Amino acid sequence: MEWETVIGLEIHAQLATQSKIFSGAATAYGATPNTQACLVDLGYPGVLPVLNKEAVRMAVKFGLAVNAQISGRSVFARKNYFYPDLPKGYQISQYELPVVGKGSVEIELEDGSSKRIGVTRAHLEEDAGKSLHEDFQGLSGIDLNRAGTPLLEIVSEPDMRSAKEAVAYMKKIHSLVRYLEICDGNMQEGSFRCDANVSIRRKGEAKFGTRAELKNINSFHFVEKAINYEVERQIELLEGGGKVVQETRLYDSKKNETRSMRSKEEANDYRYFPDPDLLPLEIAADFISDVKQTLPELPDQKRQRFVTQYGLSAYDAGVLTTSRELADYYEAVVKAVGSDPKLVANWVMGELSAALNKDNRELAQSPVSVTMLAGLLKRILDNTISGKLAKEVFEAMWAGEGDADNVIEHKGLKQITDSSALEQVIDKVIADNPQQLADYRGGKDKLFGFFVGQAMKATQGKANPQQLNDLLKKKLAG
Amino acid sequence: MSLSPDDVKSIARLARLSISDQDIPVYARTLSNILEFVAQLERAETDGVAPMAHPLEMSQRLRPDRVSETDQRELYQQNAPQVEAGLYLVPKVIE
Amino acid sequence: MHNKTLAELARDLKARKFSSEELARAYLARIERFNPELNAFITVLQEQALAAARAADQRIAKGEAGPLTGLPIAQKDIFCTQGVKTSCGSKMLDNFVAPYDAAIVERLKRAGTVMLGKTNMDEFAMGSSNETSWYGPVKNPWDITKVPGGSSGGSAAAVAARMAPAATGTDTGGSIRQPAALTGLTGIKPTYGRVSRYGMIAFASSLDQAGVITCTAEDAAMLMSAIAGFDERDSTCMDKPVPDYVAGLDQSLKGLRIGLPKEFFDKGLDARVGDAVHAALEVYKKLGATVHEISLPNFWLSVPTYYVVAPAECSSNLSRFDGVRFGYRCENPVDLMDLYTRSRGEGFGAEVKRRIMTGTYVLSAGYYDAYYLKAHKTRSLIRQDFLDAFKQVDVIMGPTTPTPAFGLGEKTDDPVTMYLNDIYANGVNLAGLPGMSLPMGFVDKLPVGLQIIGNYFDEARMLAAAHQYQRETDWHTHRPAAFA
Repeated sequence: MEWETVIGLEIHAQLATQSKIFSGAATAYGATPNTQACLVDLGYPGVLPVLNKEAVRMAVKFGLAVNAQISGRSVFARKNYFYPDLPKGYQISQYELPVVGKGSVEIELEDGSSKRIGVTRAHLEEDAGKSLHEDFQGLSGIDLNRAGTPLLEIVSEPDMRSAKEAVAYMKKIHSLVRYLEICDGNMQEGSFRCDANVSIRRKGEAKFGTRAELKNINSFHFVEKAINYEVERQIELLEGGGKVVQETRLYDSKKNETRSMRSKEEANDYRYFPDPDLLPLEIAADFISDVKQTLPELPDQKRQRFVTQYGLSAYDAGVLTTSRELADYYEAVVKAVGSDPKLVANWVMGELSAALNKDNRELAQSPVSVTMLAGLLKRILDNTISGKLAKEVFEAMWAGEGDADNVIEHKGLKQITDSSALEQVIDKVIADNPQQLADYRGGKDKLFGFFVGQAMKATQGKANPQQLNDLLKKKLAG
Repeated sequence: MSLSPDDVKSIARLARLSISDQDIPVYARTLSNILEFVAQLERAETDGVAPMAHPLEMSQRLRPDRVSETDQRELYQQNAPQVEAGLYLVPKVIE
Repeated sequence: MHNKTLAELARDLKARKFSSEELARAYLARIERFNPELNAFITVLQEQALAAARAADQRIAKGEAGPLTGLPIAQKDIFCTQGVKTSCGSKMLDNFVAPYDAAIVERLKRAGTVMLGKTNMDEFAMGSSNETSWYGPVKNPWDITKVPGGSSGGSAAAVAARMAPAATGTDTGGSIRQPAALTGLTGIKPTYGRVSRYGMIAFASSLDQAGVITCTAEDAAMLMSAIAGFDERDSTCMDKPVPDYVAGLDQSLKGLRIGLPKEFFDKGLDARVGDAVHAALEVYKKLGATVHEISLPNFWLSVPTYYVVAPAECSSNLSRFDGVRFGYRCENPVDLMDLYTRSRGEGFGAEVKRRIMTGTYVLSAGYYDAYYLKAHKTRSLIRQDFLDAFKQVDVIMGPTTPTPAFGLGEKTDDPVTMYLNDIYANGVNLAGLPGMSLPMGFVDKLPVGLQIIGNYFDEARMLAAAHQYQRETDWHTHRPAAFA
């Protein structure tokens, strides 16, 4: 039996405002429990919500970036359910009239083609607090610092057909919200997380299957694993004559499995109704056009420009534009070096990215600054050092041993370009290897490499390779 | 509109209210009376009438994004039934 | 001293006939004497009141006094008061000390008033007789076997028995106007959005509005000038200039067009109350007003609409009382569900639970359209009736309640009968209009009230109409003999 997977994602992006969506409490991550929970966040009797303008601006920014309709009038609604991390017993969200309507994004598939994924809507809502389960003698502790943090919930159409597509879409949205500077995208801290609606159906069937909702997945890797696990589970279920039930399931990354969430079982009559403490949000055309002015160059536009302006491949341009920081870094290095954008691309995507990955660092924390990398690349281009030694210089810079010129000087890595010095070295190598010389001259051309190696060894790799080749050829010829 | 004792129990559960068994029939009767009374609304002709959620025809005012609150945890937790290490304690939350 | 109006007391304070401290002591003494019988106060603030009065006396001495400096008032226990128990008439909040002041409390403090205490009320303002209070019923000073009305019954009884010269109240469906009517006082519920709701414990957010209960319209105007106005902490509070209500009291009533809704004079109305309304209208005619019969064709929908909208909002507003962060928590909860259901089941009284369940039901899947959405449409119709009426008239008048005060325990078994006591009041809240009640006579030796309904933000005209009626009549000067 051939099955088709159908996936829709609900992404929750915490908006990078200073204060909460309905209160003046700070949103900073990692504060001491309940020190950033004010009366409004705690749901104290008598206090009232007032909407944060910046949260609205950010939602509009996102809407414009996905070419969506911005609603002139949207309404906040209460979603009613009891949970200890939900202080008021309801979450203020948007239900019938969200602030951002239909839009779409393009994702790139592995075969190089692209696919359009529909964004159904995006709406503003407040985040809940956190329940902590350790060390309280069988009780849970509630921290409400996160309660009231603004969220943009971005709902996709069920347009994705594989876990890989879902990941590509999630990465796309991730890149977009960071470009727009509306979300820090930190998945470990929960600033960017997603629920996945997963169902399967027989290939060719028009009707969707019953879906399971996988909750709170906080890494790209887990999205892929959770969906793949869930698809297998559903296939097994259906092929075994069973039925998929519509339910909420939690992905357990330690066991790599999804399991039914008991707590959500009967909490599905949310009794949404318009929040009488808040009035309809009206967004005027000039507000939207003001926001439009602040839109940065978006990833797709930037990628296209990198291809035409710098002569990069679509792939390289795509990698370099995944994040605004990386693209900015790349462009700054190109500017400082003044030539060879391809060389710069190779270094940024190669050595720099590898080093960042290895140390698990963000670009902002790179010990090798734009100026330092540009300084190094300049020394390659002016033949001060070879490309091979440049990697050693890079490592030294990464380890904090100074800029390229310092390292080259200190380690004596400067390329030998003085012909007479090179000739002396070559003469000695030839003199030391009479047998090989005879063989070479007797027709064993392959031995040329042996002589290059010996000469490089004698100069500790510092010989200018081109010059060495030329001189060596001349000398060996006799 | 008449509510059965089971209806009352399920509404009470959704609203998280414990109701003693002896009170169930009282609520069933009074709630049924209320629902029957408000069922008069059915007789109102409301085709094409826009629903009114709010008495004022105003739009939502927006607040500047400024942190105006300071840490008042100690004060706010004076009303809390059970706290430890700054956390509100509740029976175990099972997910 | 205690028989004077707020305006008279203000003049006497200014003239140093007595100090604010003496005044506070006089009222505190009356509270001590009469409150055990009437149960109008939940909390009496002896020490705080005297300290505030002394501070007011210093302001007066320094010549820094405002029009309200040094005047004692009582606060309904629905308003959060910093450092003072704020119970909302409920066991749920019996242990709750608010860490902040409600906007109205803040404003009245800033104006220099002296808070005598917190008044009794129907639990979470849900009731029309003050019998749903966890602190026990309040008695009507005119006849202690009768209810004082509700939900601001404590405020009304306190002022009627002169345990305070004035008190604050809240009105979601008549909770200021009805008790004012039943205790022979003047009460005003301003336009929705005129007074900040910040710090007022919510019952039904789209209907709730704070106001005052006083002896006279002049007193009400004085307090209105202090409590009305914009507050950035309440999204539903209107940013609109506040007129000088006291200065406006004498605006001429010549040519004032009074609308009389024929639907108000139907079978539910005690004919003697109807007669009192007509007698009051004669006074207005003498003052130069004209009376016009009008129709509010959807009037019959107001109580059923109200009893969908208000419970729906209250069911959600009261979800925050869950035994976690404040308020009552049950003993030894075995699990989370037990914590919620027992804390709420034991902390809330029967009427509150009934309204929460009504609201939960009308919002739940399958019933939303038939009840909640339908009620929002009928709410539109009700408002439209008023808008149409105000094209023809300047104010609407009628009875505040269908009957004078009823007996304690008389309607507690039948919620719907109780609800119908606010039949003339509910529609005003649904539309968000301002409404007043003022004494217009007696039926069976019990006071009855004339209701004035104004156009949006037209409180000044309502107050002027009430004030000039009170210059022509003396109904507002009568006192319950037992509490002289």
